[in-house]
Amino acid sequence: MSSVIAKDVVVDFPIYGTRHRSFKSTVLRAATGGSLARAGNDRVVVRALDGLTFNFQAGDRVGLLGHNGSGKTTLLRVVAGAYEPVRGSISVQGTVASMLSITLGIDYEATGYENTFLLGAVMGQSRQQMLERLDDICNFSELGDFIYMPVRTYSSGMVMRLAFSIATSTPADIVLMDEWLNVRDRDFAQKAQARLEAMLDDAKIFFLASHDETLVRKNCNWALRLEHGKMVSLEPIGENA
Amino acid sequence: MFIATQSQFARALADIRLGVWSIHLWPTLAWQEIKQRYRRSVLGPFWLTISTVLFIAGIGPLYGALMGQDTPRYIHFLAVGIIVWQFISGLITDGCQAFIAAEGYIKQTSLPLTIHAMRVVWRNVLIFAHNFLIVILVSAYFLPPWNWAMLTVPAGVLVIALNGLWLGLLLGLLSARFRDIPQIVTSLVQLLFFVTPIFWRPEMLTTNKWVTDWNPIFHLIELIRAPILGNPVPSGSWLFTVAVTTLGWFIAIVFFARYRARIAYWM
Repeated sequence: MSSVIAKDVVVDFPIYGTRHRSFKSTVLRAATGGSLARAGNDRVVVRALDGLTFNFQAGDRVGLLGHNGSGKTTLLRVVAGAYEPVRGSISVQGTVASMLSITLGIDYEATGYENTFLLGAVMGQSRQQMLERLDDICNFSELGDFIYMPVRTYSSGMVMRLAFSIATSTPADIVLMDEWLNVRDRDFAQKAQARLEAMLDDAKIFFLASHDETLVRKNCNWALRLEHGKMVSLEPIGENA
Repeated sequence: MFIATQSQFARALADIRLGVWSIHLWPTLAWQEIKQRYRRSVLGPFWLTISTVLFIAGIGPLYGALMGQDTPRYIHFLAVGIIVWQFISGLITDGCQAFIAAEGYIKQTSLPLTIHAMRVVWRNVLIFAHNFLIVILVSAYFLPPWNWAMLTVPAGVLVIALNGLWLGLLLGLLSARFRDIPQIVTSLVQLLFFVTPIFWRPEMLTTNKWVTDWNPIFHLIELIRAPILGNPVPSGSWLFTVAVTTLGWFIAIVFFARYRARIAYWM
C-alpha cells in the first residue's frame, strides 16, 4: 500500500556566510520567502516548512501551490527523502520517482547509451533492468544512432529527450514533479505528454509543484497551498470537488 | 546535545550498510569519473601511471645521490613509498570533497550518503591499481626473492581503504559544514609528505624518533612497502594501524550519527 504521511514536519535551513541579517531582508520578508529567525550564535535560520501535517493515500494527486520560496520544492525534497525534517516525521511507503531534476547525473562526455545505465543506477535500477528498457528508451527519444554518440554532441532538445525517456522508463508508486516537464520540441511534446500521463496513471500518488493553478486543477485532485512554509489550505479539486 | 540519539545511530549505521552494499552504484560512478577525466586521451587513466613514472625517474637518482644511497635500491624504496603515499593522500584530500562534490545527488535523492564516500575510496583504489603496475615492474627488475610476507599486501590495501572510508565520512561531513577544511587539510597533507619517510629512510632518523613512531601514515605505508621490499610488516605497524582504524571509525560514527541528516542542509 502506498502512502505519504507527514506529522508536524518542520524544516529549517541554516544560512551560513551571512554575518548580519540585513534590513533589506526584513523588508523582503513581507513579500517572499520563509520566515527568517535568528538562531543563538549569530546564525540565520530560514524556516522553510512549518508544521505540515497530511495523510495521502493511493489515488491522491496533490498539487502544491504557492509563491516562490513558499516551500514547494523543499516539501518535494522531504518526500523524496533528501531532507530529513528537523522536527516531526514523514513516512513514505512505496517506490519514489523523483523528477525534480531529470538531467541529474548526466555525464556529457559519455554516450547516450552509457548514460542510460548511469542514470538508471542513480534511480536504483540494475544494468540488466535498464538493458530491457533500452529499446524503449532509444525509440521514444528518437535518438537513433546518436545514442552511441557522446551527449556533448547533442542539441539541448536531444539531451532533454534522452533524460525524459530514461526518467519515464521506470514505473513508480509515487511520482514527484517540480513544474510540468518543459519540453520545447513541439512534436515531441505531444508524445511526452501522453507518456507522462500514462506514467502518472500507473502511479499511486503524485505530487506536482507549480505556479500554474489551471495546470494543477487539470491534473490533480487535491490543492495544497503553502505560504511562508505553512500549509494555509488543503482543498479537494477536480474530480474530488 | 552532541551525542546522537539511539535512532540517529541506527539510521547512520543503516546508511553505512546500505551505502557499502550499493555495488550497482559506487563502482559505476567512480569509474565514470576516471573515464570522464581521460576521455579522448589515447592512454586514458595510464597517464596517471606515466606521470608517476616520470616523477620517480626524475627524482629517484637525484635524491638517491644526495642521500648517498645505492641508487637502484633507493628507486625501489621510493617507487613503492610514493605510490602508496599517493593512494593515502588521495583518500584524504578527495575525502574532503566526498559530499560537496555530490551536492546534486544529496539534494534530490534519498541515496545513502555513504555511497559518496565509497565512490571516493573506489576511485582511489582504481588509481592505485593503475600505479601498482609500476611497483610490479620495478620489483620484477630488482627481482627480490619471493617471500611469504608479500601475501599480506592485499590486507594492507584493505586496511588503507577502510581508513579511507572513515576519513571520507568524517572529513566529507566537516568540509560540507566548514568550507575551509579542504584548504587546511591540503596544507597539512603537503607537510605530511615531507615528515613521512618516503624520500628518506626511517633508519636515517637518529633523534626525534617520535616523528615516525607516532605517524599513522608511516605505519600505513609500511603495511605495503615492507613486504614488497622483502620484509614482513613490523608487528608494531599492524598494531598501530589497527588502533588508528578502530579509533577513526569510532570518531567518524559518532559525528556521522549526529550530523548525517544535516549534511543535505549544508549543501
